[in-house]
Amino acid sequence: MAAVDAREQQQTLADRWGGGRSPFDVGWPKLMMWLFLVSDALTFAGLLIGLWVVRLGLPSWPNRAEIMNIQLAAAMTAILICSSLAMALSVYTLRQGLRRQALWFLAATIVAGAVFAGLQGFEWTHFIREGARLDGNPWGVPAFSFTFFVITGLHGLHVVGGVVYLWAMAVRVAKGLSTDEGLEVAGLYWGFVDLVWVFIWSSIYLL
Amino acid sequence: MGAVAVREAAAAHEAHDESFIRHYIFSLDHKTIGKQYFWTTMFMGLVGGSLAMLMRRHLGWPEQGVLDPAQYLQAATMHGTVMIFFFLTVILTGAFGNFLIPLMIGARDMAYPFLNMMSFWTLVPGVLTILASFFAPDGPAGNGWTSYAPLAAVAKLSTGAQWGQTLWAIAILFVLISSLFGGLNFLTTIINMRARGLSMGRLPLTIWGIFITAILALLSFPVLMAALGMLILDRTAGTSFFVPPGLLVGGQLVRDRSGDALLWQHLFWFFGHPEVYILILTPMGIVSDVISTFARKPIFGYKAMVLSLAAIGFLSFLVWGHHMFVSGMHPLLGGAFMAATMIIAIPSAIKTFNWCTTLWQARIHFTTAMLFAIGFVSLFVTGGLSGIFLASAPVDIYLHDTYFVIAHFHFVMASAALFSIFAGTYYWFPKMFGRMMNETLGKIHFVATFLGIYATFFPMHFLGTMGNSRRLYSESFYPFLAKAPPIDVFISISAFVLGAAQIVFIVNVFYSLVRGPRAERNPWHANTLEWQADSPPPHGNWGPEEPVVYRWPYDYSVPGAAEDYIPQTMPAVPAGAPAGGEGE
Repeated sequence: MAAVDAREQQQTLADRWGGGRSPFDVGWPKLMMWLFLVSDALTFAGLLIGLWVVRLGLPSWPNRAEIMNIQLAAAMTAILICSSLAMALSVYTLRQGLRRQALWFLAATIVAGAVFAGLQGFEWTHFIREGARLDGNPWGVPAFSFTFFVITGLHGLHVVGGVVYLWAMAVRVAKGLSTDEGLEVAGLYWGFVDLVWVFIWSSIYLL
Repeated sequence: MGAVAVREAAAAHEAHDESFIRHYIFSLDHKTIGKQYFWTTMFMGLVGGSLAMLMRRHLGWPEQGVLDPAQYLQAATMHGTVMIFFFLTVILTGAFGNFLIPLMIGARDMAYPFLNMMSFWTLVPGVLTILASFFAPDGPAGNGWTSYAPLAAVAKLSTGAQWGQTLWAIAILFVLISSLFGGLNFLTTIINMRARGLSMGRLPLTIWGIFITAILALLSFPVLMAALGMLILDRTAGTSFFVPPGLLVGGQLVRDRSGDALLWQHLFWFFGHPEVYILILTPMGIVSDVISTFARKPIFGYKAMVLSLAAIGFLSFLVWGHHMFVSGMHPLLGGAFMAATMIIAIPSAIKTFNWCTTLWQARIHFTTAMLFAIGFVSLFVTGGLSGIFLASAPVDIYLHDTYFVIAHFHFVMASAALFSIFAGTYYWFPKMFGRMMNETLGKIHFVATFLGIYATFFPMHFLGTMGNSRRLYSESFYPFLAKAPPIDVFISISAFVLGAAQIVFIVNVFYSLVRGPRAERNPWHANTLEWQADSPPPHGNWGPEEPVVYRWPYDYSVPGAAEDYIPQTMPAVPAGAPAGGEGE
């Protein structure tokens, strides 16, 4: 009995989930970021489901090609995806110990994020000039404009917050304060912002 | 990496002097934060309870007109809101979760103490907002704790719906963000920071309950946050997510609206049903631990207990439609929701049988904590049985929105969770405050509360089958409710007894806090790790050495052991050596 106990204890201590260590070999910031992203994904899911339930319940929906600049939205998507690539390269190069290169890639990510936010602002201005408001628009379907503003608005906040976050990370990397994992955690967030945009882009502009 | 971070955290926990503000107000220590939650939520529980007393004062004698119809609806709304969001949700995770997780898993603190402090200080503005809404120009929200659209989404639709409803949404948003921060911390802490040897299969069921609760919160709260954001915008910025086109208010068309009123119900109940389990899974864990400790027996079917917690958690996301049987859903869809809901009876019954089997042939120590834990099982069974009635769509169409529903959820969710909070308070008070609670007062409190709850809520089943609608201001409007008033008087008097019984509890808490006998380390002779720390535990919880776990937490009455309990830190002894005793 006691021998069995001792063997079981050895097995437990050797096990990934046996306590005293992280089962996924990650620090708490990375684990917490993953969990946060799961919950944030559900916030966006709630909004997108809201958009689709409202939209499918309505008899008509304005023709986006006549109102919005689809090419501009495509360009924004391309820029955001490129920024994700730069982010991934930044994480990769920092792991290789090439801090200068990592900083250049990070700077590229920040610039692309800022350009995306700027284009988003341009898009909003254009849309508002055409008469779109939260409580109505010239095309007769209020949901068309308020879903646009609320969903792209929340995403835009995520982008602006991400640019600030990456800026802070750039300062930390430059000073040598950040670990590889710290930058990777920021990369996870940025990848999420990009991924969510693909869903928003297809729901609002394409489908 | 993880191990390094853990060791750094330990180094940071060496005793250091703290100013008053750092120690008591902006504290990073999980125990202080847990106590802050405890006092805040207990106060909110009193607010919610007082509102219930006010409602019962009116409902017993509606002809006296203590409340006018609008005030009555506001009292009912705020009672539900305060109790569910500001008392039950937050005390279970905020107070018990924060206090117990690091202690029960052998850690020195949460993974991210700063975020932990922030989650409490995000709750505070929520509490202040909901309290402020009582003083809004037209009173607090009055559209029910579910705030159905379009009633809640159009500012001018009902009294008390102007400022009150908006403040309501903002306050709930604060609570949800705070709980979400807390949930992130809980999950990360439980996954990453368990003591050496504390595998998931050796976790106490309380921690399993909190763990699964945190997963549910992580997945369901963001959806309500999105819905609340839409609701606030609908009310203030002119959007119309929840206001359908062609809505007439007072004969006039509400213009420029293109939303969907049922969308609110879907989003709300996608959150709302997991929320119900958020309120009951932690209690199930607490009760399992208390029952096992005072039955001096291992919990029966540990694996089944964990699996049924997980099964209930999983199913909770598939059953939200059973709140919407009368909303005009397709009968096939209703059938699917009905079947999924019925299936929940299986894991629930597994848990109930396991509690009963644990008690079977045990030498039970009838402490107050144990009485409340057994009371929990009773309330859970009573409420669970009426749940099977309501899960069935044809029956629900008749009973929907009646007092039968009120009786059901007050038994299965509200009172049951309340009983686990009492059980937990009597059980862990010595660890939290270093003093024992008074058992005599505790037993008086238990008997009065147990009888009070049955006398208050059981007759509501009969009101419900009579057809008494749950938000009805007065039965005198309807001839078929002619038999209801005497029942309502009885319920009101029982409710006052129930309310008065809580004064005994409050007196007991404050008396014991000052005059209670000093608690030893392990007054209940329990196995879990928190009882290996001092009462109350110092900053950093453990001395220089962190505990190492050698066994599951339910080694009670092991044949051949010197004592009838073997703490989790007790190493496996070689055969023939004397077993038992502390610090082997």
